[in-house]
Amino acid sequence: MESNGDLFWSSLGPIVLGGITGTIPLAVVSFILGLTIALGIALMRLSKVRVVSAIARFYISVIRGTPLLVQLFVIFYGLPSIGVVLPAWPCAVIAFSLNVGGYAAEVIRAAILSVPRGQWEAGYTVGMSSATTLRRIILPQAARVSVPPLSNTFISLVKDTSLASLITVTELFRVAQEVAAFSQEFMLLYLEAAAVYWIICLVLSTAQGRIEQRLDRYVAH
Amino acid sequence: MSPTEPRPAAGTADAVLTLRNLHKSFGDTEVLKSIDLTVRRGTVVALIGPSGSGKTTVLRCLNGLEVPDGGSVDVAGELRIDFSKPVGKRERAALRDRSAMVFQHYNLFPHMTVLENVIEGPVQVQRRPRAEAIADAEQLLERVGLREKRDAYPFELSGGQQQRVGIVRALALRPQLLLFDEPTSALDPELVGDVLSVIKELAEEDWTMVIVTHELEFARQVADEVVFMADGVVVEHGHPSQVLKRPQHERTRQFLHRLLNPF
Repeated sequence: MESNGDLFWSSLGPIVLGGITGTIPLAVVSFILGLTIALGIALMRLSKVRVVSAIARFYISVIRGTPLLVQLFVIFYGLPSIGVVLPAWPCAVIAFSLNVGGYAAEVIRAAILSVPRGQWEAGYTVGMSSATTLRRIILPQAARVSVPPLSNTFISLVKDTSLASLITVTELFRVAQEVAAFSQEFMLLYLEAAAVYWIICLVLSTAQGRIEQRLDRYVAH
Repeated sequence: MSPTEPRPAAGTADAVLTLRNLHKSFGDTEVLKSIDLTVRRGTVVALIGPSGSGKTTVLRCLNGLEVPDGGSVDVAGELRIDFSKPVGKRERAALRDRSAMVFQHYNLFPHMTVLENVIEGPVQVQRRPRAEAIADAEQLLERVGLREKRDAYPFELSGGQQQRVGIVRALALRPQLLLFDEPTSALDPELVGDVLSVIKELAEEDWTMVIVTHELEFARQVADEVVFMADGVVVEHGHPSQVLKRPQHERTRQFLHRLLNPF
């Protein structure tokens, strides 16, 4: 029988590895895809065409109004009954991306609206189209405003990826669960998993501070 | 260029811009009732009038920032836009390509340096070679005394400096027509002079300009024609010595009196 100390150290490697090969890629890929969806939804939401903005509003409402775990289960356990069978990892990525897409859309929309109207006009007056003005003038300014709220979204996502363990994806928490079930040391293993999540989030918060600093270089202090 | 006599009426051949019967409403408010205006090449037109008279709206229509509800605009005899029909993006863009706007609140791009602000249009829109656009920009910045600020961000500049960058950004587009929307209204009084003297120099170089302003003395010195607007119509227009010194209409006299005797 291993002592608790030994178990801690022998399980730390697999748990951290689960974080590096499971949790982090899952969070990063889902976040990048999610932001792309969110930008699209935010622009649809800002559209003057009523139907388009209504579709975006409906999407955001459904995503925010239903539990992430339910969304995950619909995709992994529900889709096969209509003939769509996907492996667990893509299912998790799809669910998390769609989820981030709904939450981040409102952040991006608010950030775009926070850029003064005069910036659009200045873009037009130098001859730019709406699309070019958005890309060159508005989004870079909106990015600065949206870093803090989007960082929150990302940190939440990192923790939410633990739900993927429930659809058999091997990641940090699933590794901890397996060791715990085998050793029956639930308290130790779950606290250990919690600590590793916490450290990942501390690193992310530091990175957020750095990005904010960099984007603040053109603002009066 | 400050002729003491009104210029002889020129033919439409040298008109950079002709507005006919332009009108525009916002909701139920009719801001422009029927505006006719001709801007001739190399001349400076000053639009004056009380706030809410529609002068800024006229300027914004010229830059395609507002679309009039009716009337037409002729640009340099080569483009005619009839606003009684639906106006496409291409026509608005064509209007915009011929003019450049200097805004009351500068509207510089805060995330770009002074130089980047100035070359953005020439490089991104006009597709001019970057090196050429930079050389051009530096020369223009030199003229307004801001060459050493090329790598500064807008927040590091005073209002007067920002507005001079705003003017340079407009000039760098090499427009046929420069539009100024109350270019000194947001400035501290001691910074107004720097900006006005830059605009005055441009007038002397025969740039074609339309300026919305409250600076009557400036208008008198710089403008070839003063247009007085009130309640969405042109009340009177003519040489500054006439409109500002011997106004024909009671409404103009009232306005000038208020402006010259604020207390």
